[in-house]
Amino acid sequence: MPKRTDLDSVLVIGSGPIVIGQAAEFDYSGTQACRVLREQGLRVILVNSNPATIMTDPDLADAVYIEPINAATVERIIGKERPSALLPTLGGQTALNTAVALAESGVLDKYDVELIGADLDAIRAGEDRERFKKIVTSVGAESARSVICASLPACVAGVESLGGYPVVVRPSFTMGGAGSGFANDEAGLLRIAANGIALSTTGEVLIEESIRGWKEYELELMRDKNDNVVVVCSIENVDPVGVHTGDSITVSPAMTLTDREYQRMRDIGIAVIREVGVDTGGCNIQFAVDPKDGRLIVIEMNPRVSRSSALASKATGFPIAKIAAKLAIGLTLDEITNDATRATPACFEPTLDYVVVKAPRFAFEKFPDVDASLSTTMKSVGEAMGIGRSFPEALQKALQSLEKSDAAFSWDGEPGEADALLAKAAIPTDGRINTVLRTFRAGATVADLYDATGIDPWFLDQILLINETADELAAAPELTPELLFRAKRRGFSDAQLGQLRARPAADVRALRHELGIRPVYKTVDTCAAEFAACTPYHYSSYDEETEVAPRTEPAVIVLGSGPNRIGQGIEFDYSCVHAVLALRDAGYRTILVNCNPETVSTDYDTSDRLYCEPLTVEHVLEVVAAEQAAGPVVGVLVQFGGQTPLGIADELEAAGVPILGTPPAAIRLAEDRGAFGRVLRDAALPTPEHGTAASFDEAKTIADRIGYPVLVRPSYVLGGRGMVIAYDESTLREFIARAKEVSPDHPVLVDRFLEDAVEIDVDALYDGHELYLGGVMEHIEEAGVHSGDSACVLPPITLPDTVIAKVRSSAEAIAAGVGVLGLINIQFALAGDVLHVIEANPRSSRTVPFVAKATSVPLAKAAARISLGATIAELRVEGMLPSVGDDGAMPPGSPVAVKEVTLPWSRFRTIADTAMTVELGPEMRSTGEVMGIDESFGAAFAKSQAAVSVPLPTSGRALVSVADRDIRAVLFAVRMLVDLGFAVVATRHTASALNRAGIRAVVVAGPAARSIAAGEIDLVISTHHAETGRQENLEIRAAAITHQVPCLTTVQALTAAVQGIASLGEPPTEIRSLQEYGQRLAAKRSGR
Amino acid sequence: MTAVLVLEDGRVFHGRSMGAVGETFGEAVFCTAMTGYQETLTDPSYHRQVVVMTAPHIGNTGINDEDDESRRIWVSGYVVRDPARIASNWRSRRAFADELADEGVVGICDVDTRAITRHLRERGAMRSGIFSGPAITGDLLAKVRAQPLMAGADLAGQVTTPRPYVVPALGRKRFGVVAIDLGVKSATLRHFAERGIEVRVLPSTATPAQVYASDPDGVFLSNGPGDPATVDLAVVHEVLRRGTPLFGICLGHEVVGRALGFDTYKLTYGHRGINLPVVDRATGKVEVTTHNHGFAIDMPTDAPVDTQYGFARASHLCLNDDVVEGLELVDRPVFGVQYHPEAAAGPHDATYLFDRFMRLLEGKRA
Ligand SMILES: Nc1ncnc2c1ncn2[C@@H]1O[C@H](COP(=O)(O)OP(=O)(O)O)[C@@H](O)[C@H]1O
Ligand SMILES: Nc1ncnc2c1ncn2[C@@H]1O[C@H](COP(=O)(O)OP(=O)(O)O)[C@@H](O)[C@H]1O
Ligand SMILES: [Mg+2]
Ligand SMILES: [Mg+2]
Repeated sequence: MPKRTDLDSVLVIGSGPIVIGQAAEFDYSGTQACRVLREQGLRVILVNSNPATIMTDPDLADAVYIEPINAATVERIIGKERPSALLPTLGGQTALNTAVALAESGVLDKYDVELIGADLDAIRAGEDRERFKKIVTSVGAESARSVICASLPACVAGVESLGGYPVVVRPSFTMGGAGSGFANDEAGLLRIAANGIALSTTGEVLIEESIRGWKEYELELMRDKNDNVVVVCSIENVDPVGVHTGDSITVSPAMTLTDREYQRMRDIGIAVIREVGVDTGGCNIQFAVDPKDGRLIVIEMNPRVSRSSALASKATGFPIAKIAAKLAIGLTLDEITNDATRATPACFEPTLDYVVVKAPRFAFEKFPDVDASLSTTMKSVGEAMGIGRSFPEALQKALQSLEKSDAAFSWDGEPGEADALLAKAAIPTDGRINTVLRTFRAGATVADLYDATGIDPWFLDQILLINETADELAAAPELTPELLFRAKRRGFSDAQLGQLRARPAADVRALRHELGIRPVYKTVDTCAAEFAACTPYHYSSYDEETEVAPRTEPAVIVLGSGPNRIGQGIEFDYSCVHAVLALRDAGYRTILVNCNPETVSTDYDTSDRLYCEPLTVEHVLEVVAAEQAAGPVVGVLVQFGGQTPLGIADELEAAGVPILGTPPAAIRLAEDRGAFGRVLRDAALPTPEHGTAASFDEAKTIADRIGYPVLVRPSYVLGGRGMVIAYDESTLREFIARAKEVSPDHPVLVDRFLEDAVEIDVDALYDGHELYLGGVMEHIEEAGVHSGDSACVLPPITLPDTVIAKVRSSAEAIAAGVGVLGLINIQFALAGDVLHVIEANPRSSRTVPFVAKATSVPLAKAAARISLGATIAELRVEGMLPSVGDDGAMPPGSPVAVKEVTLPWSRFRTIADTAMTVELGPEMRSTGEVMGIDESFGAAFAKSQAAVSVPLPTSGRALVSVADRDIRAVLFAVRMLVDLGFAVVATRHTASALNRAGIRAVVVAGPAARSIAAGEIDLVISTHHAETGRQENLEIRAAAITHQVPCLTTVQALTAAVQGIASLGEPPTEIRSLQEYGQRLAAKRSGR
Repeated sequence: MTAVLVLEDGRVFHGRSMGAVGETFGEAVFCTAMTGYQETLTDPSYHRQVVVMTAPHIGNTGINDEDDESRRIWVSGYVVRDPARIASNWRSRRAFADELADEGVVGICDVDTRAITRHLRERGAMRSGIFSGPAITGDLLAKVRAQPLMAGADLAGQVTTPRPYVVPALGRKRFGVVAIDLGVKSATLRHFAERGIEVRVLPSTATPAQVYASDPDGVFLSNGPGDPATVDLAVVHEVLRRGTPLFGICLGHEVVGRALGFDTYKLTYGHRGINLPVVDRATGKVEVTTHNHGFAIDMPTDAPVDTQYGFARASHLCLNDDVVEGLELVDRPVFGVQYHPEAAAGPHDATYLFDRFMRLLEGKRA
């Protein structure tokens, strides 16, 4: 049966900003869906607030709306576009919840929009945990015993009915385990349940018997309208039940199931997908198996594509989202061809002849007080995938891919004492797997570790095998070819071998090459080589036969950015994908190396060849060698994947690899503080006064010279790690005492901290002659809030032409001085009328996609071309860049775009089990971003706020609690709020100050946090510094976050919000797609 | 201890010995199933075959007392990349490698199983030998080439039960069926028993008289090893002539096809796995199914074909390559499938075929 002919346009809802539990995987699935739907001749309308995604590229959909994802906004888009169908299953929980809201409020009926992919009832059946359990029982399977509770007393009674603690508390309709947790006693129960009830869209939580310690599995299923069902992939969690699957190390395929047990799971999965009624598309189902007797429990199902389905797609080569989109428009599985074979249909179950291990990437180092133990709430921010021909190889590659110094197995130092290590291994945390290895080193047995961790003995034995190999390597008189080969087969990197043999990794590599021990590259082909593969999606392994095909056309290798983490996220994947697309168009063969299964870049459709490999010198060198053997390689692009590839550029070049674009020497000029200082001096550009200190005394001398406050940070870390503003000597002393080691080898950098400075971010292209200023972003928060955490606006709102001119000349001088070929990102701080240079990054930056979308200019594509020799002048002629001028000064009447960020506070608790301290600072902590675009700043800002959490209120009660030093600065804004109709309540101190200034403010009755919890407050303004402010303010912010009340923590954000609120009172401007904004901009540009 | 796998066309793979030490010969074939190695090892259809597992880790769940498909291991040699060092499963009784050794199965591990698979895919299944330890001596290739070919091999007689036996129905007995054991699997018999069918299992040499001695309600022809062209057709002709309900699986199905006058042919590398899509042409529904066959029936698929016993049609096709996977007679209660509805190992999508057989026994047309 052919595809449906009654549909002509489809609205796809994306997943919004990257948050923990809902990340880049939805860009991958959404991008696939958009491509497929357009291929099928449908008009695709997309809404997603996240500018960093590929899916919001104007090339991917016919109309892209970068707008807040909420029912009201989507209704406006529906009203304008009148799509025939809405596809909600590819944008995570956000899209699903929005679709449910639109269906329930009658909007879909009103505009005659059909929900495709999953119907309303199936969504409810899958997501409502209570209903789901009934379904599980009805198909003859079992779920954990539970009670559903809507109040705290009901929760307490519920636990009793289940036979006591421990229990798990889980809210409905959330993802990533938000609001869930283990309660071991009543106090814990009350806390978790209260939070869960608040987070659940239905105000209910489920209290469930604990099955912690069981084996956990996931199946990815697909079903078409003819009721054909296939299981695409099985995933086994190495960490047993109790650790969220998103935080577990997982393996595909399942490793420790007999066929009988596996088929039982498959039967139940199929019965459940039928009973829930997922008519077309994918779903994932989680299971728990009691290791003692095989008792099987269904944990949950998600009636949509998910993080796991993205992983499953990358693990098997079976593109779930792509197929789901085809099924949604009426195709059936047997009508769809398997891309990998091009000869067989997609109606089959992929079989793997390799092992895939996913390892989570956490960012606990950014949150010093956080409770880092793992539980039912997901805490990781990204993941890496390792593929190998054996579990040890895949596991080691996954850990090596995490790009954290302590993530890969290490045999450094003494392991410690087995009993203590066993106790430590019993608590799941980031890096527990390393503790397991260490415990083996200390002499523990598989049985000991099984008792302590519940990790299946088979996995433990494989880790033991790795450790035994390490012992052998350390003890061998000589590294024989046989031993070396065996070690490589078990995933040991040259660096690890070097560590075990006490010699540099480079020596090991040289020896290995001399002995001819090189990896081969196998193919992910869905069929274990039963059919010839057409998708060159490779992974390395130490085996006999390689499958890299010879090639005659010149190729460019693009290095990706590895696992998502705070500071290096999806924005870099965007740039890599753009580089690939631009170079493909320019006639090159593109080869991409990356290990992040969530992303568009690791879609085999993106580049001509894909290698899933850790982004380490060793693995990249081997890929380069393999491709050089296959055909001509022009060079390697390191500018697009963020700091990861940039960091290995030197070593690659030293090994003879041609680096394209900005040369490593220029990269060093920008990255080395001393060298960069000279560049600035030569160009006579000011930078904050600074010095380097190897001790407290030295730091104090510098601080005394340049004056407090100072910004201090360790010199050897990146991404604002460990940065602190010291307002006085005692804070400085404290910082130096806390910094692990300060020594001449590890000095600290002391900078004059520029107070009340406006931070300016710039992305520019440079081709050696001409500078193209892509955009100038004015930050909302002042310098001191990391540029990655600050909101910003493009074009700048308050910067005069003279400043822009200075920004331009400075950028040009820096680009030329450093020797950039391609993109450069520069941060400035405007203090008074002096424009200080903070730093320059000779690469694609976090803001490139935002700028590209705000200005409708494909900056990353242009940079890729410049790296390969094109000039800006040529790109202007080609039409990739505007024919004249740039966006340093956008034409009058240009749309205003505001970037705002999402912060993960609500997902974490401190070790002391209190809410996290909510404060912005020089260390970046946000996980994602949104864009609001409109005709005025106020309206764009209001959209950005609605897109990160909830819309700004237009009336109601504002709670104000500000630091003394901020009183003057907030007066005007608070008065405006009153004029806009807000009632002002304030903490005692702030209230009297406001009253003195003639603003009527009542003192909040009782603890302010309680008023927030009670829903009496609509807007929170709290500008105290966490370090100096009182406990009350921490509670206020925590309450605001928990209860989703907009919370403004800086004076600048308040001022912007007031403009936003004012704009909400005016009639909204027409909702416009990015394409429409682009056309208007183009018209304006040609008119200037 | 080192081991080598020698293929008939001269390609050699070096690895490590696994299981028993010595030499063994058989047709090299690959199996793409990721689960169910115990069922694979004990499936009589693998008799005289050296089975290459494409899944790299084999043996993780050990060997248990419940999952054997017959009384012994039948594969003549086993090729695995990474055999498990320990068994981990609550049902496990013995370790995988020990079981191979105990049953005298010569195996090889630490070889590039994907390279072997690609080779067999391109060149076709072929004769091979595994040699380990002291057996690595002399002209190994010559030894391999001296082995008989699979085409023309009469093997059912080697795996069949030596004497008849009865598998009682579970619960109330509804029907009695005679099964000709060409290499039957226990899962098949279990499926019959669960449906209230008492099965009298006869050796492959059973005569028509022996088959009808118990006045069966239906006849079943099991799966099994070897070339279908070598199987005697006397029983099948008798059953077809009488119009007794007849169900054949795999070799049994091929034999039905031959009795109907169709040829069988050898596939290049066969179908061996548990993920193959088969379409039931009557419903258009696709099943994911277990396969283990090197031969197939050559029959037209576009329209029913007139045979000695009335019109026959190809009821099922494999979507990967359009190989005929099922046939049925239009006017007689006779059908067969090339694949394995009893699964074990594999998905349970096709168990409805046992119900279809039940309906034939009940005298209704499916
Ligand atoms: N009854 C239970 N006892 C112990 N742990 C559980 C229980 N149910 C779920 N978990 C753990 O919590 C994690 C998250 O639960 P899940 O239902 O999958 O929620 P989410 O929607 O966040 O994925 C699971 O991956 C599992 O490890
Ligand atoms: N001298 C300074 N005065 C005020 N703020 C500063 C100063 N230096 C850095 N910052 C703030 O710290 C943030 C991070 O510093 P930056 O040098 O850009 O580090 P990163 O490499 O993490 O981006 C900046 O975005 C800015 O807000
Ligand atoms: Mg889950
Ligand atoms: Mg910076």
